Amino acid sequence: MAHSLFDDAEHITTTSGERLIYMANQISKFFVSQPHDKAVKGMTKHIADFWDPRMRQRIRDHAAAGGAGLEPLALEAISALQK
Amino acid sequence: MALIKEIDYGTPAPRVPDGLAVASVTLTIDGQSVTVPEGTSIMRAAQLAGTTIPKLCATDNMEAFGSCRMCLIEIDGRNGTPASCTTPVANGIVVHTQTDKLKRLRNGVMELYISDHPLDCLTCAANGDCELQDVAGQVGLREVRYGYEGRNHVFAKKDGQANPDFLKKDETNPYFTYDPSKCIVCNRCVRACDEVQGTFALTISGRGLDSRVSPGQNDPFLSSECVSCGACVQACPTATLTEKAVIDIGQPEHSAVTTCAYCGVGCTFKAEMRGETLVRMVPWKDGKANRGHSCVKGRFAWGYATHRERITKPMIRASIHEPWNEVSWEEAIRHTASEFKRIQDKYGKRSVGGITSSRCTNEESFLVQKLIRQGFGNNNVDTCARVCHSPTGYGLSQTYGTSAGTQDFDSVEDTDVILVIGANPPDAHPVFASRMKQRIRPISEGGGGAKLIVIDPRKTDLVRSAHIEADFHLPLRPSTNVAMLNALAHVIVTEGLVQEDFVRERCDWEEFQEWAEFVARPEHSPEAAEPHTGVNPADVRGAARLYATGGRAAIYYGLGVTEHSQGSTCVIAIANLAMATGNIGRKGVGVNPLRGQNNVQGACDMGSFPHELAGYRHISNDVVRKQFGDMWGVELDAEPGLRIPNMFDAAVDGVFKGMYVQGEDILQSDPDTVHVSAGLAALECLVVQDLFLNETATFAHVFLPGCSFLEKDGTFTNAERRIQLIRKVMTPKNGYADWEVTQLLAREMGLDWTYEHPSQIMDEIAALTPTFANVSFKMLEEKGSVQWPCNDAAPEGTPTMHIDKFVRGKGRFMLTEYVPTDEKVGPRFPLLLTTGRILSQYNVGAQTRRTANSTWHEKDVLEVHPQDAEDRGVREGDLVTLRSRAGTIALHATITEKVAPGVVYTTFHHPETQANVITTDYSDWATNCPEYKVTAVQVTLANGPTEWQQRYDIFARESRRVNAEPAE
Repeated sequence: MAHSLFDDAEHITTTSGERLIYMANQISKFFVSQPHDKAVKGMTKHIADFWDPRMRQRIRDHAAAGGAGLEPLALEAISALQK
Repeated sequence: MALIKEIDYGTPAPRVPDGLAVASVTLTIDGQSVTVPEGTSIMRAAQLAGTTIPKLCATDNMEAFGSCRMCLIEIDGRNGTPASCTTPVANGIVVHTQTDKLKRLRNGVMELYISDHPLDCLTCAANGDCELQDVAGQVGLREVRYGYEGRNHVFAKKDGQANPDFLKKDETNPYFTYDPSKCIVCNRCVRACDEVQGTFALTISGRGLDSRVSPGQNDPFLSSECVSCGACVQACPTATLTEKAVIDIGQPEHSAVTTCAYCGVGCTFKAEMRGETLVRMVPWKDGKANRGHSCVKGRFAWGYATHRERITKPMIRASIHEPWNEVSWEEAIRHTASEFKRIQDKYGKRSVGGITSSRCTNEESFLVQKLIRQGFGNNNVDTCARVCHSPTGYGLSQTYGTSAGTQDFDSVEDTDVILVIGANPPDAHPVFASRMKQRIRPISEGGGGAKLIVIDPRKTDLVRSAHIEADFHLPLRPSTNVAMLNALAHVIVTEGLVQEDFVRERCDWEEFQEWAEFVARPEHSPEAAEPHTGVNPADVRGAARLYATGGRAAIYYGLGVTEHSQGSTCVIAIANLAMATGNIGRKGVGVNPLRGQNNVQGACDMGSFPHELAGYRHISNDVVRKQFGDMWGVELDAEPGLRIPNMFDAAVDGVFKGMYVQGEDILQSDPDTVHVSAGLAALECLVVQDLFLNETATFAHVFLPGCSFLEKDGTFTNAERRIQLIRKVMTPKNGYADWEVTQLLAREMGLDWTYEHPSQIMDEIAALTPTFANVSFKMLEEKGSVQWPCNDAAPEGTPTMHIDKFVRGKGRFMLTEYVPTDEKVGPRFPLLLTTGRILSQYNVGAQTRRTANSTWHEKDVLEVHPQDAEDRGVREGDLVTLRSRAGTIALHATITEKVAPGVVYTTFHHPETQANVITTDYSDWATNCPEYKVTAVQVTLANGPTEWQQRYDIFARESRRVNAEPAE
């Protein structure tokens, strides 16, 4: 019964995977105006500081698989994540 | 315990601007030498020396008025009998407060007062709390020679005919009555409304014997401009304005000072009691946040605490499709602990988490996060600041080194330029707004004459109201804050208005230069920003010049800054602006985040975020983590946990299964309700601890009844970092304080917690948190309140941050590129929805909806500009459909020019409306704080509630069923 609650044809949903890519790109748009090395460092640290291990693992896996949809700075910063 | 009565000094202390010294004056009063600051009234000087001069129209939270003729004195060598309230002290004068002449004069005047006042003292509601009666006693009134046969306001009939001078009692306000027959026209109510509250709703109409207190143009109180703050009721020396609860119950017999559980202003009140019955809440004059003032919520809207819908017994159920079963506390706790253990065994350590409450105490938030870190063994803890001020935490930490707001509320009294962006204090922080308005009103009106800049899409009450007008209102398009702040910075840098000395000394010079070069680029000029912001560049330039050169300038901001996809960027831009103009580190300046909930500051301080421990120290910091781990006897997880929106995602992904939610209604308050409900429905064990079966509880498996702020001890920390006590004045209806419930659960999970009183929890917080090192309940009992940091370096607390250097050392400028939100208007969704709150309701409304405050706001309405309304055939009061890509709701429209064309606005106080069905999953880039303030929508005429609203209503009703018999 409760599930009928969510069958809203008009509700546009994104998957959590899509959301991670979106969030990473959003972060990169803040850092991109900084000098390149500082920007990569800043973004890498930001994700290490605020994303839980599973989110980090998923975005790293995505980056390792080519990182489709990731902005260049985001891809570079994620690839630099230590864990 | 007795009734706390503050001394009324009759007139306010003379105000001394920051940095100025004030001379002392010595005089003689009744043979006693008295030394006071220059500018003090003789009345005040006498009271300071312990002598009470009779008075009726004077009270010390408003300017002297000199009308009642009771406070007359004699001064050697001066003629006449001046009023002591309006006569300032002078060196060497000799004052007499009681002489034969004064006695005669006072007696005569008193006789006249009483000749037009009813003598029903025994049955009068003010019996025991009547200044008129007190003064009659003080002046020795023994007879009234004039009789009551003449013209009077006292009797409904005169000579068998209706008395034209008699006015009926006005009982329209739900919380107090106005009985004109008892009025002595002292003007205190009118002055309180003007000077203290700043609404100017009351006046005296007529002259002489026709003088009447009149709300608006002789309107009933309820339909006048009155905002029901209670200042007039408090000021009234008779029973003319009286709380209905006092009329009903009688005078209180004892009281305790406590802190309001509504907004982040943190007003302190005296809870005035008879036994365990709350008679009234009266603002405490020594409260440093409110200075004796209040609003309609804290003063009057506390009836929810004893509302019949409160749940007082624990309940459990196997599935959300079943009715609830009432169980014992033992069974509820045992069941909850076994569920969390079962889930962690099956899905792993990180499959559970919890949310601390911004409404509960510091001690309670600390315990919930401790349970999660120590007991659950992960960092999946978050708090409602996620959805309000998390960008403040991020932005101010990055630039200044701490997320703390930089000032105390008193600071506004030294401010010359007030810049308000994305905040609506008269509705959301009303008591502080009154102080702000005092500072803004022209000096000729008794105000401080500060200049005002308002940056807001809406023409809020601050833009123009009684004796207040913004020098600049920049009505920007929602979502363009960063473009606007960059434009302001552009003007300051390119016109040479930077305080270079300050920047060179206090900030990182290299990063400043990088920033200055960035904002000076032509694309950041007000002219280039106009296509985004829609604001006239000349106004932007004017506002920037005023902010940079108008003297001490302070920025106040709210959720209109943070709740955007660039919320954190905007906070950083604000921090940059204050540094560039040298407006940091002294009174009257600074960056002031206006926090929403009573203890949202405290919840953040207590380590409620998944990435940091108490005192804002990152969980990856080995030294700090070890301190906590050592004290708690465990090794703590070094990895940041899930934030609230991440929890919902993880739940939908099937890896997050159990959640302990204390005092927060995430289903109603968080954005994109459809997504939130999908997340909640995916949980195997949702535990809700609350006063009521809130919306989140419709998806819960365990309900643990919570207790109100009147039923427990603890501390709240307000928006100015002020830690204040709340005190238990009645027994918890549910049997336990909220911290005790968490402790029961922790013990059942195998932790050896042995707290007997919240003060012990505070001691643990102090031991682990350097900024709280010297805080204790004992200290708070002594000092009343203290602002953190409070430690050996700052034993008295810290009203102003960053005085000699920033917490991080050098202030850090950061680049703030404007990135337009992806939530864009288009043909399908051509309007922008922005959301907020109104004065009488609070947040999700769980408390205020269960009080008479709903008299002012019984439902959420959609504000639509007349042009947009006409285009859609919408008239005042029509039911309309509000549609976004996230969902559709129906609500009633109101047509107003408060919103600009293309913008619509609503509140989120009512679950029937569910405004958050509309808001989207977009969020701040740094913190995931939702973008509540910008949603592209369409508005059309509606036939009735939407399908979602109907389905949800049925579901919620079914989910709230409780089995009649306890299950065995």
